Amino acid sequence: MAEKILMKGNEAIAISAIRNGADGYFGYPITPQSEVMETLMKERPWLTTGMVVLQAESETSSINMVYGGACCGKKVMTSSSSPGISLMCEGLSYLAGAELPCVVVNCQRGGPGLGTIQPSQSDYNQCVKGGGHGDYNAIVLAPASAQDMYDFVDTGFDLAFKYRTPVIILADGIVGQMMEKVELRPEKPRMTEEELKAIAPWATTGKSADRSYNFITSLALESDVQERFNQKLAAKYEVIKENEVRYEEYQTADAEYVFVAFGCSARICEAVVDQLREEGIKAGLLRPVTLFPFPAKRLQELSGQVKSMMSIELNLGQMVDDVRLAVNGACPVGFYGRQGGNIYTPDEIVEAFKKFNNLK
Amino acid sequence: MNIEDIKKPENIVYKKTPILTDNVMHYCPGCSHGTVHKLVAEVIEEMGIQDKTIAISPVGCSVFAYNYLNVDWQQAAHGRAPALATATKRLNPDKYVFTYQGDGDLASIGTAEIIHACSRGENIVVIFINNGIYGMTGGQMAPTTLLGMKTATTPYGRDAKLNGFPLVLAPMIAQLDGTAFITRQSVHTAAAARKAKAAIRKAFEYSQKGIGLSFVEIVATCNSGWKMSPVAANKWMVENMFPKYPLGDIKDVLKQE
Amino acid sequence: MKEEIIIAGFGGQGVLSMGKILAYCAIMQDMEVTWMPSYGPEMRGGTANVCVIISDKKISSPIVTKYDTAIILNQQSLDKFENAVKPGGLLVYDPNGIINPPTRTDIQICRIDAINVAAQVGNSKVYNMAVMGAFLQMKPLIKPENIDKGLAKCIPARYADLISLNKAAIEEGMKAVEVIR
Repeated sequence: MAEKILMKGNEAIAISAIRNGADGYFGYPITPQSEVMETLMKERPWLTTGMVVLQAESETSSINMVYGGACCGKKVMTSSSSPGISLMCEGLSYLAGAELPCVVVNCQRGGPGLGTIQPSQSDYNQCVKGGGHGDYNAIVLAPASAQDMYDFVDTGFDLAFKYRTPVIILADGIVGQMMEKVELRPEKPRMTEEELKAIAPWATTGKSADRSYNFITSLALESDVQERFNQKLAAKYEVIKENEVRYEEYQTADAEYVFVAFGCSARICEAVVDQLREEGIKAGLLRPVTLFPFPAKRLQELSGQVKSMMSIELNLGQMVDDVRLAVNGACPVGFYGRQGGNIYTPDEIVEAFKKFNNLK
Repeated sequence: MNIEDIKKPENIVYKKTPILTDNVMHYCPGCSHGTVHKLVAEVIEEMGIQDKTIAISPVGCSVFAYNYLNVDWQQAAHGRAPALATATKRLNPDKYVFTYQGDGDLASIGTAEIIHACSRGENIVVIFINNGIYGMTGGQMAPTTLLGMKTATTPYGRDAKLNGFPLVLAPMIAQLDGTAFITRQSVHTAAAARKAKAAIRKAFEYSQKGIGLSFVEIVATCNSGWKMSPVAANKWMVENMFPKYPLGDIKDVLKQE
Repeated sequence: MKEEIIIAGFGGQGVLSMGKILAYCAIMQDMEVTWMPSYGPEMRGGTANVCVIISDKKISSPIVTKYDTAIILNQQSLDKFENAVKPGGLLVYDPNGIINPPTRTDIQICRIDAINVAAQVGNSKVYNMAVMGAFLQMKPLIKPENIDKGLAKCIPARYADLISLNKAAIEEGMKAVEVIR
């Protein structure tokens, strides 16, 4: 059996990056995700795998270091928390515009502004709808456990290179700070130069005699050129929507009521479902694992069997818009949320659920 | 004698370096960029490092530098080129990595990135074109615009009280322990261009010695933005820019005293 | 079996590390665990707390508001968490610095003079292990051999000599716990 280690979600990100052959990490300290870089600096992977780890002067610089590394076809990543992600949105737009692969971890805290350092899910719109300027999306993975944090680094890099797109791991203060058992999967070595050239022939690796020079830019001054590029991105997003939707279901087979929740909220909603089932209420849970692409089709299917759905989020109601779009009026869709770093208890959600559905 | 006789190999006295592409440059006639591009290209050719060079272009007139030099290019967000270069060099220590940045890109929006790249001692080359104006966006004030100089956003001349003072960056970064070679050159005469080329070559050579960042500032003209003929712009530069931005080496850690 | 535990006290009392060692001991017994700390400015000198859940099944919510056991090491934490213990649950506290002792009658209450135990063992740093010993005496969730394994996981090999010291503190803590009611 593979070794199981007790670690924080943030530590799992760092350990996974090293073990999955990441080439570089560039970051800036911010609560509640500083353990990612702290762990990397403690582990000193440059002595073992050769992975580069650098503390940048700002999140702006971090994401642009990621951009530079991604231009070279390297597996590069950064992590931050909400205010830092805002600073990175310029870079994310450029990464999407230049079709570059990378992994960005957002260990969300409450906002707006400097906000609170406590857990939140209030960057859903920012991360799922783009965040930076221009028509683009990033693939967004929503981890709910330390094991997810570990596994999604590898999944994230695979998706990032497969589609040449930034991938965001949209975590939160709970998933980042909580320690759980993590199974260390078999290690993957870093890409060799040959592998890199095969997977990323577009990369700036130095112009060799056998090819014309590579240049990576997001600039297209001519309207028709830019529009063609926008259409190309749109087509790519359609392929992603077709092939990469991931979700988990809990007790949905006979469910008359379905909760929709991602990340730490999905964990809490599992307890809610158990509690309601004990009372004889047939509740279930759909946990989107990918927020972009969103499991809209599955929600649409479920809308035919349920009396109502309820989106549970640590924000003022962001994903609920996507749930409503997915079911398109086929069933009532409610919302319950907490803000400011406050976390709902299962009891609280049960109460909100009963109020919304007029149940006693 | 017909044209074919003239084109015989033994008659060739000058040839464009193959590191320059055949693309027609978009720069205005009289602009310094073309000359600096050529010097960088010649250095890359002479050093034989085309396959080892990764270049980073800025936002500004030279955003399109990737159309003109036959090396791999990354095009950076405004001001962020030193961050890209940092990662590129650290991930590819055997490569020659240089940024090519204007005064708005490097000395205004990108001050944090350049100063920290210098401070960390990144083993990269920075080519800094200082013409005291924003060319691409239509001639607005740059951080290096001289006092009294008229631009689109200082229509009555730069006023220190209103607009602050010109930013003189090279001596500032010369004080940082992470810089190896800081020099200020120009390309307005053949002699100046020769000296500038030697400085660029030294910067590229230093970048492989692991001794820190090399920075070549080129005091340049923007005759369109300055609203002068190329010749008048050169004269104006000598008379006005050079006193504020004097030419010469500012720091060279390997120089024997 | 599912045990939801809150451990709370001053930063520096070893609250978070006690939780971590307890969690690791449970892992060695092949149980599921979550360890969710309070984090932020209160880590520096103020109160610190950590919620540890041990279960033989997959743990859904890592956030709970009622606990099977509260392990309390200062007055602020007692004030905050006494009422969060489930009826019939357990409250273990260190009386040092406690001016207003717990008053509930529907839960089991125990005292552990852990400062004294640590002094007897001869190292103030194992204070938290004395407290953990008291808890494990009252709720023997972890087999002794798994406690040894958990300690070995948490203490770096170069400090192997500290394992016996920690073990001694746990054992002395087990002996020193006083049941109030």
